[in-house]
Amino acid sequence: MMEESNNNFEPRIIAFVCNWCTYAGADLTGTSRIKYATNVEIVRFPCTGRIDFMLLLKAFAGGADGIIVSGCHPNDCHYTSGNFHARRRWIVFRNMLNFLGIDVRRIRFSWVSAAEGAKWADVVNDTVKEIRELGPYTEYKKVANYLDEEADSHE
Amino acid sequence: MIEVMKKYIIKTEQIDTWLKRIIESVPRVLAPVSSGTKTEFRRIKSPEEVDNKSLTTTVSAKAAAFPPVETLFKYQKSGKDTTLTEDSFDKYPETVLWHARSCDAMGFSPLSAIFDWDYKDNIYDERRNKLTIVTFACSQSDECCFCTSVGGGPGNTEGSDIQLTMLNATDALVEVMTEKGEKLVTLSSDIFQPLSEEVEKESVLAKIPVRFTKEEIKEHVSNAFDSPVWKRQSARCLGCGACAFVCPTCACFDIQEDAHGSHGRRLRCWDACGFSLFTQHTSGYNPRPTQATRWRQRILHKFSYMPERLGVYGCTGCGRCSRACPVDMNLQEHLISIANSNHE
Amino acid sequence: MNKLQEKATDLLKEGIVKLIIGFEQGNNKVRPLFCEKPEDTERLIYSDDCSTNNAVYLTKKELTGDDKIAIIATHKEVASIIQLNKENQIKKENLIVLTVGKDGDVTELASFEEMEKFCTENTPTTDPVVTAIVEKIDKMSSEERWAYWKSELDKCIRCYACRAACPLCYCNRCISEVNCPQWLDPWKSTLSNIEWQINRVMHMSGRCTGCGACAKACPLELPIGILTQKMSTDIKEMLGEGEGGNVLSTFNPSDKENFIH
Repeated sequence: MMEESNNNFEPRIIAFVCNWCTYAGADLTGTSRIKYATNVEIVRFPCTGRIDFMLLLKAFAGGADGIIVSGCHPNDCHYTSGNFHARRRWIVFRNMLNFLGIDVRRIRFSWVSAAEGAKWADVVNDTVKEIRELGPYTEYKKVANYLDEEADSHE
Repeated sequence: MIEVMKKYIIKTEQIDTWLKRIIESVPRVLAPVSSGTKTEFRRIKSPEEVDNKSLTTTVSAKAAAFPPVETLFKYQKSGKDTTLTEDSFDKYPETVLWHARSCDAMGFSPLSAIFDWDYKDNIYDERRNKLTIVTFACSQSDECCFCTSVGGGPGNTEGSDIQLTMLNATDALVEVMTEKGEKLVTLSSDIFQPLSEEVEKESVLAKIPVRFTKEEIKEHVSNAFDSPVWKRQSARCLGCGACAFVCPTCACFDIQEDAHGSHGRRLRCWDACGFSLFTQHTSGYNPRPTQATRWRQRILHKFSYMPERLGVYGCTGCGRCSRACPVDMNLQEHLISIANSNHE
Repeated sequence: MNKLQEKATDLLKEGIVKLIIGFEQGNNKVRPLFCEKPEDTERLIYSDDCSTNNAVYLTKKELTGDDKIAIIATHKEVASIIQLNKENQIKKENLIVLTVGKDGDVTELASFEEMEKFCTENTPTTDPVVTAIVEKIDKMSSEERWAYWKSELDKCIRCYACRAACPLCYCNRCISEVNCPQWLDPWKSTLSNIEWQINRVMHMSGRCTGCGACAKACPLELPIGILTQKMSTDIKEMLGEGEGGNVLSTFNPSDKENFIH
């Protein structure tokens, strides 16, 4: 899997971000004309507290090779405590995923504020670099494409 | 009893040789395979994989003709056009079901009755027609078995294309009921000794006492729609789908879509009348709102409605439901109680 | 008649309760028993083999109605009742909780304090077999774990016996039954089976009392009890004992993690 031309492999990254901090921060990255990897597709939420853990799994099943989840720093949440709930959820969820053998290196969690345009670029660039090294998430895609292979009907 | 076409004797040590030939010649062979602490039907590639010792599998063999999920058609939209494609039947492999039990084989009759009732389900029919069933008669049973009370038995050949009975340590009786079965025999014809005389197999079969008759049950349940017996019997039922999914005759399914925007698949998958939402209407009304009404449905469907409308009973007495049930809803026990009841 | 049966008969004869949920010997396992008439109580038993968690029936309105009922409880029922109460699913004035000691004496746990005490004093030892498997999996590499869980959960037929047997799975419409949006494919497949277990365990976060009813209910004996056990142990470690339960609907500003950049 690693041997597969990593040179040609462009990772597909889905980013789940909160509107008030990380999304604004990403805007700042743009207005500051900071160049960064273009592999990320951003999904905007009002708050990280709104991010259902199932959405992360849907991203992988839909073909994402990596995921970024990012929001306001603790104590800075626009809705006061949404990110505290999110953090708890991620602690439990990530632990469970790891136990099941789902590659948690492919999920990057971060706090990026509206002022941290440069940090957003770093988060994206680092994630893309890491995922490029890890390669496409073929293992997950294999199980997600079950019906395409007619495995169930004829096995 | 099903007419036996031909009988042979085969040495038990030759059975695996024959199985090997079958595996080489037939695209798909399903047999009981040890799976964790249980035994289940899986595709096998060699005779060594077969679990010959277990009494029976947890899940029945119905998946061979009625899989847990199957594609009905695929669709692709482009602009205003939609293209529908169905799988060619060439994709459905010829299959041998090996080392099944009489109760598995018998289960295909009610399934076929349902799938060919008012509409011929050609997907089911194709799989069923491509299936050759080789059963091994039972020399053991457990307390959940009650095949003899529903017209079956450990050596019953209904639904089997071939049945093997281990007569002793060295010899097995091979009864061939159909052309399909005979085709399998010809794969290794040299090891089969034709038999012209009667060979008694009763003495080596498991002894399963008859506890009630189908007619007794039908008579009692037909008048029992409003009886309080359903509430009493179903009190501990948790409403899961274990009994329906392991059952060889349960055919309830859901139609679903695996939708991916402009393309996708329409498929059907197993469902169970025990689930609380099974009969939920879009309006919110549910004609079977309590577990009691759902339990009643299960019994009446198998023992009253199916015999009345389709001429087959919906139960082969395999006992899988009773073994799988987390709270010991033992079908045999409930049926005995119904058979012995004086209607309230 | 033993003390348990006597107590149960009295409760019914005197009309104190309309129903008693207990245990009886089934065909080859102990199973729940519902006593509505005094003569039903003859079948009541109480032993270490009482393996179903009967607290599951306390949220079934069609069984309990609005009447006062009694439940014969082992540690697992009591723990579930405490949790159900935290979630406002118990009307204590309608429920009598009875336990039976080693000597056959029947005790009523009249308050939640008494129930907590009972639980602390009677905590069952964690199944060493399960602990051993958890340790084995912990030592595996990520790929090995994935291979293990894929092969185990591929067998799942989605009968939902695990959900049905759990006293804390009482949602009228389970997430698996929601179709707008459809979080889980309702049909059996390796991925949706894994997603189902993930959902189940996540929705149990901090609520699971470790009774093992889910694992015992599984007709294929899949190792799903391992997931809930691992989750429960890890939550205690990672988030502390806390006020117990409701881990995901509360938070602590000082929750610690090492993976958020």
